[in-house]
This record gives sequence, structure tokens and C-alpha cells, in this order.
Amino acid sequence: MKVLTSKKSLVWLLPFVVLILLFFIVPLLYMVISSFSNSDGVTLDQYKAALTNSYILQGFKNSITLSAISALVALVVTLFAVYAIMRFSESTRERILVLTNLTSNFSGIPLAFAFIVLLGNSGLFTLLFEKWGIDAFSSFSLYSWSGLLLIYIYFQLPLALMLLYPIYYGIQQQWKEAAALLGASTLQFWMKIGIPIMLPGIVGTFSVLFANAMGAYASAYALTGSSYNLVAIRIGALLSGDIFAQPELASAIAVLLGVTMVTAMLLSEWSIKKTRRNL
Amino acid sequence: MKKRGFADLFFLFLVLYLVLPILATALYAFATNWNSTVLPEGLTFKWLGTLFQDADFIQAFGRSVLLSGGAVLIGLLFIVPAIFVIVLYFPKYEKWIQMAVVMVYAFPGVILAVGLIRAYSSIGVPMILAVLGAYVVSILPYIYQGTRNSLRNVNARQLLDAAELLGASKVQAFSKVLLPAVYPGLFAGALLSFSVLFGEFVLINLVVGSRFETVQIYLMKKLSTSGHIASSVVFVYLVLMGILTFAISILTKRSKGVANT
Repeated sequence: MKVLTSKKSLVWLLPFVVLILLFFIVPLLYMVISSFSNSDGVTLDQYKAALTNSYILQGFKNSITLSAISALVALVVTLFAVYAIMRFSESTRERILVLTNLTSNFSGIPLAFAFIVLLGNSGLFTLLFEKWGIDAFSSFSLYSWSGLLLIYIYFQLPLALMLLYPIYYGIQQQWKEAAALLGASTLQFWMKIGIPIMLPGIVGTFSVLFANAMGAYASAYALTGSSYNLVAIRIGALLSGDIFAQPELASAIAVLLGVTMVTAMLLSEWSIKKTRRNL
Repeated sequence: MKKRGFADLFFLFLVLYLVLPILATALYAFATNWNSTVLPEGLTFKWLGTLFQDADFIQAFGRSVLLSGGAVLIGLLFIVPAIFVIVLYFPKYEKWIQMAVVMVYAFPGVILAVGLIRAYSSIGVPMILAVLGAYVVSILPYIYQGTRNSLRNVNARQLLDAAELLGASKVQAFSKVLLPAVYPGLFAGALLSFSVLFGEFVLINLVVGSRFETVQIYLMKKLSTSGHIASSVVFVYLVLMGILTFAISILTKRSKGVANT
């Protein structure tokens, strides 16, 4: 009887599987096939083009440095910030998390616009620095690598906070007390116990952040159109064909980006699982 | 003590960094003129008024709600039952769903856009349907998280067994006992999915473009034409996100509350 109802309930899986197939697996398969094809048939030309074209390689380099540095900055800031947050009362912490959730939705085009208001050509801070005669920032442009970095750091911060918070939460008060009883200072506790326990989780958080930035498109597009050279922007430009569309080349670059993303995600899964076992 | 102050400094920086752009944009939406002065010269409701009289904006808003809401509804109808069945009856297959979640999360919109165009643009499928389908799949991580957590919170398996032991039929146990108990968690997941989709730009812009103008595409157009209107759009967007975030936090609290009583 039980087996029968279980078997029957499998029907409920059908629409789900069809959805995943039609709108995830099939498109990705087509993308992979398209990356190996040109008008004549099967070829590796697209990959050869992608991996030898200095402009595309530059795009990869820009994306990787932008993603890595924004992830690192967000990670360091949040590591200390969460340390401060853990000492607040429960209700304050909850309020901070709600605010974090709100800002995590603030990304893409709206975020780019907010930074234009602050730091664009007639932005609030741009005018303020001009008025105060601070020249140090006069060479700064929001529409460049350093401007993009500020925006990327912004959308990394809430994600970093949401990922690091539970990891910190796992460090139990008893451990600190036990360490203190045995004569360890706070610094010693963190260096010898706290950080080593959290390390896989921190590495995992870094790779999620890295992947998050590698795939980001909208903010950079809103600020610079297709002119700033990032992998995601290149794919979009080749796809929509600002000059002429090259969807096969776009597919090859997308496959390369996809491999990067999956590697980063698997690394994070693996290390976060490892942390959970420790906590 | 010194270390404490050091960490607090980072926290202060974080809060300021996150809040300042939001405040500035909101202020800009109400500023009469803000081009040469540090603070706006005056405040007005003119821009918001203009925005709400713009039929293009109202229609774009409607399209966004329709597309995101439709995707969430389909997700609730087809993804939630599948997760129920797997978690309750086939727990050993749960790792497959978890793998799907990671994969969906790993492929950003810009990659999926390439795939959708290659797979469907040449065979006459309306591309808006392709985007809708991709939206449904892309909220899988949020729906899974919400459903899984609430099933775990209420000890779903035991709850169902207890209901059936007390004489409820399978359908009754499901609809009268389990669903009301997990409803807040499901609803929170649905709202979160909606807010994520409402901000989506890459897929809709690359795959469909301005033929289906959502709020995000409308905003992108206004970015180069009117800063005041653009900031009003962002302000409306922020208010909507604020309401959704607030509702989600209340629902999540309630779903944990159910578990504790």
C-alpha cells in the first residue's frame, strides 16, 4: 500500500523534471553544441578564437581581477563587521540582517544609478570634493575599473555577510570560555581555534563571491554600455551584435565562463560542507 | 577593548557604505534641482507624480509583476510538490535536487541567455515564454530553501503520520495539517523569489529586449534621458523591495514560531 502511494506520488516530479530539462539542460546543451560549430560543421575554431584573441583574454583578465579583488575586500570588511555584530543584542542583530536582505536586492541597474548619483560626473561626492578642493579624487572616474570595483564591492557585502554570519554563529561561547580557562588570550583563541575552524567556510564564501561577480552583467552594462571589457559584457555584445552578432563565439566564451563558475561553486560547496562538519 | 573598536569601525563602514547610496538616490527622487550644489536646492513630489502619470511606466510595472508573479506561481505549482514528494518519500534522491540547486545558482543569466537564444530563437517559440521558463527554473534555489526549511521546522513526516494515525485521509493530512503549517515558510520563499525576479535584467534584455519592456528596461532607458525620473523609478523599486523584505522577515519569524509551539 505504502509503495503504491509512493509510486503514484512520483507523477508530481514530472512537471519539475520537464521544466529543468526545457529551460536549463536543453539550452545549455545547445550552447555547448553551438560553441563547437560553424557554418561548415564541427570545429574548435571558436575556442581557438576565444583563447587567442587578446581582446577577449583581456576581458577574462579584467573580470577575474575585478571579481577577486571585490570578493577579497568584501570578505575582509565583513569578517570584522560580523565580529562586531555578534556582540549586539539579538533584536539588533535581526534588524541588521533585515537591512542586509534589503540591500542584497539592490543590485544591477538601480545600484549603478545610485552610484551615478553619488560619484557620477555631477555626483554628490564629486561636487563635494570639488568644492573642498580635494584633487586626489579628480582623476577618479566611476566609468572605469575603479568605479566598477566600488559597485562590485557594494553587491558583494550583503552576500558576504549572509554567508559569514552562520559560520561565526557556529563558534560557540563554550569554546571561548574553555580556551580562556586554559589561559588563552582572545587573540590566541582566534588565531589557533576560531579562524582555523572557520577557514574552509571563509574559502567557500570567497568562491561564491568570486562566482557572483564573474557572472554580473547589469551594473557594468548600465554604466559603460558595451565599452568596458568584461567577459559577461563581451558575451552580451557578441550575442546581441552591436556590430554583428557572433553567437557561436559567444557560446564558446559562455562555456569557458560556465566552467569557471561551476569550479568555483563546487569548491565552495566542498569547503562549506567541510566547515559544517567541524561546527 | 582596542580590538572591539577596530571591528566596530568596519561595521560602521559597512552600514554607511550600504545605506548611503540608497539615501542619496531617494533624496534625488524628491530634489527640485541638484546639479551644482552639494545638497538639493529644494524638495518636490513632481518627479514621482510625473512617473505615475507615465503610461509607459505603469505598463512596464504591470509587465514586471505579470512576468515575475507568473514565474513564482508556476514555481509554487510545479516545484513545491516535487520538493514535497522528494523530501517526504524519497529522501535519498534529495542530493539530486541539491545538485540542481547548485547548478542553477552557478549559471548566471548571461550564460543562460546564450543557451535560450541558441535553443529557441530559430524554431518560432515566443522568446518571452523561454524567459518565463528560465525564470521559473532560476528561483529553484529560493523555493527549495524555503520549502525545505519549513518542512524541517514542522517535522513534516511525523506530522503527516500523526494526522493519519488520528484518522485523517492522506489528502486531509496534506491539505488540513501540513499545508497550513508550512505555509508561512513557503510564502516567504515565494516573496523572496518575486523580489529577485523583479530586479532581473540580463535575461529579459538579451533574449527579448525592448519588445517586452519591464521596469528594469524602462529604468535603463531613463538612465540616459532623465536622472530625476530614473531616481523616482529606483525609489519606487526600493519601497517595493522594503515592503517585501519586511513581509519576508515577519513570515520567516512566524514559520519558526510554528515549530516552537
